[in-house]
Amino acid sequence: MYGILKIAYKLLVNDKGKFVALLVGITFAVFLMVMMTSMFAGILTRSSSTILNVGAKVWVMDPAVTTPASSIPMPDYVVDAVRSIKGVKYAVPLYSGGALVKLRSGAYQAVTVIGLDDPSLFGRPELVAGQIKDIYAENAFIVVEDAEFQKLENPKLGTTFEINDHQGVVVGLAKVVSAGLFGIPTLYTTYNRAITYIPSTRFTASYILVEPKSQQDIPYIQRQVQVLGYEALTKDEFIQKISDFYKYKTGLGINVLVMTVISFIVGLSISGQTFYTFILENLEKFGAIKAIGAKGRQLVYMILFQALFTALIGYGLGIGLAALLITIARSRMPDYAAMITFSNIWLAFIMVLVIAGISSYIGIRKVIRIEPFDIFRG
Amino acid sequence: MANLAIKANALVKWFGEGEAKTYAVREASFEAFFGEILYIVGPSGSGKTTLLSMISGILRPNAGTVEVEGRDIWRLSDNEIADFRLNKIGFVFQDYHLFPRLTTVENVAIPLILKRMDWNKALDVAMHFLDIVGLKERAQLPPVKLSGGEQQRVAIARAMASNPDILIFDEPTASLDGDTGKRIVDFVKKNILNEKRCIVIVTHDNRIFEYADRIMNMEDGKITAVVTANDGS
Ligand SMILES: Nc1ncnc2c1ncn2[C@@H]1O[C@H](COP(=O)(O)OP(=O)(O)O)[C@@H](O)[C@H]1O
Ligand SMILES: [Mg+2]
Repeated sequence: MYGILKIAYKLLVNDKGKFVALLVGITFAVFLMVMMTSMFAGILTRSSSTILNVGAKVWVMDPAVTTPASSIPMPDYVVDAVRSIKGVKYAVPLYSGGALVKLRSGAYQAVTVIGLDDPSLFGRPELVAGQIKDIYAENAFIVVEDAEFQKLENPKLGTTFEINDHQGVVVGLAKVVSAGLFGIPTLYTTYNRAITYIPSTRFTASYILVEPKSQQDIPYIQRQVQVLGYEALTKDEFIQKISDFYKYKTGLGINVLVMTVISFIVGLSISGQTFYTFILENLEKFGAIKAIGAKGRQLVYMILFQALFTALIGYGLGIGLAALLITIARSRMPDYAAMITFSNIWLAFIMVLVIAGISSYIGIRKVIRIEPFDIFRG
Repeated sequence: MANLAIKANALVKWFGEGEAKTYAVREASFEAFFGEILYIVGPSGSGKTTLLSMISGILRPNAGTVEVEGRDIWRLSDNEIADFRLNKIGFVFQDYHLFPRLTTVENVAIPLILKRMDWNKALDVAMHFLDIVGLKERAQLPPVKLSGGEQQRVAIARAMASNPDILIFDEPTASLDGDTGKRIVDFVKKNILNEKRCIVIVTHDNRIFEYADRIMNMEDGKITAVVTANDGS
């Protein structure tokens, strides 16, 4: 068994031109698939960054909300109404909105401001510098230290700035689970400061964050919120809603799907064709091995091995290339969103196996049917 | 008489159907014995390669039987036939059919590897047979780097590697110059033939007739004459 595979390996690898062509086909296909799906995964994750970072179990919002960036303010009474629903342990408002910061250099920078409920500070980030209680100090803001941090000219504790003509001072630096999609820095402050500093409508709560008494209470809460004319979504449902928006409403999903299918087809046709040519060119050799006494089964193993070996090497190269490119891009572009997820890698792996399977099936059919006699009749 | 190695009985092979149906071999019967070199001679297209293929388990006849060492080979299953070819037959193809992407010694080792011999052991044994045909120092080269006569000897070493009882050569000297061809057949007679081996050679080459024990004539798919050589060997 091992010996014939070694022969198969040598027949394959020593045919350098063909082998390289096969690898290029598969590497290319894997690379494209991984790049497309990674970019997609990156965008989806980032688009849900607020939800991941705040970490509330249930989010109440206007039903028309499609992405966290497009929050629609709700009147304050809704907070009280939600609080009175049976099964709600507590409910707090969250402010999320845009503002303009004037930096010390005089430059302006757009930011996202998240206002945390004053008494509970529910959804607070993890600090890497400063203390959370300082958020109650005058004009206090906490800056998220992510890829966008430098756009605020790398502030330190005590750095001051102007935000919508109010004074602001940095009292803490935070780290977050996920960076946002829109490439602007994030500031945290208290809910009340957010709504006073940032001009807003008479409705102010962007979201209401709900902590249910237990997991079983969630369906009831959701129904009651619906009665109020609003929508309550669990964290996962909200993430799903956002991802559905990007997938189905923006065309992003369809495009990625189409590109992934195309790269699969391109990879399949390049590799399938090359492998078929490889088999055809070696048909005489397979015929000779058959004449010498190889069993059909042994020939099948040889071809499967050749297809699988090429597929796996090409897969490794493709993943490696994509990872390399993404790493380089990240170091050059702080906002570069692509991220290789476990499911991307699996998807590419399965596609590569399908490519190998189809290619070897074609090859095996050909080789099993050869009559050694036809080949060496001379 | 010595022991019977091959008994071919009324072998028939045709190709094509209907209008295109042509008979390559028509009711050919003959016997070959251990310890002899049997020649099959005849014009091109007379059915020699077809006949060789049927007796060596490569091509299934349309009618007739082939018994090798008393076994009716065409009643075996596909896997058994493959094993028969691997263990009993050493076939030296007309165009050698060596693998250009393997080294010479790896080429010779193929039958051993098909027999699941350990890779290194197979290379050792192959080396021994390369030594017999005088090509030990060429072992690591690809066959394309060798001359025609050397490639022929590699093909012989490969056919011998699995130690088969029956060796079959299809026009072994066709693409060699006269002297080389003669030396190869001389070598086969002196070093490979023994009481337990049967060698069948197809050839047109009358310069090597002197090495035959019996010469069988074929014409138009039929065996027309069998002559016993009288050189006393
Ligand atoms: N696969 C085939 N299809 C059709 N005709 C064939 C095939 N193989 C052999 N033949 C025919 O059978 C005859 C005998 O061929 P072959 O055994 O190769 O003769 P030889 O080896 O004596 O030159 C020839 O007429 C050849 O054309
Ligand atoms: Mg012939």
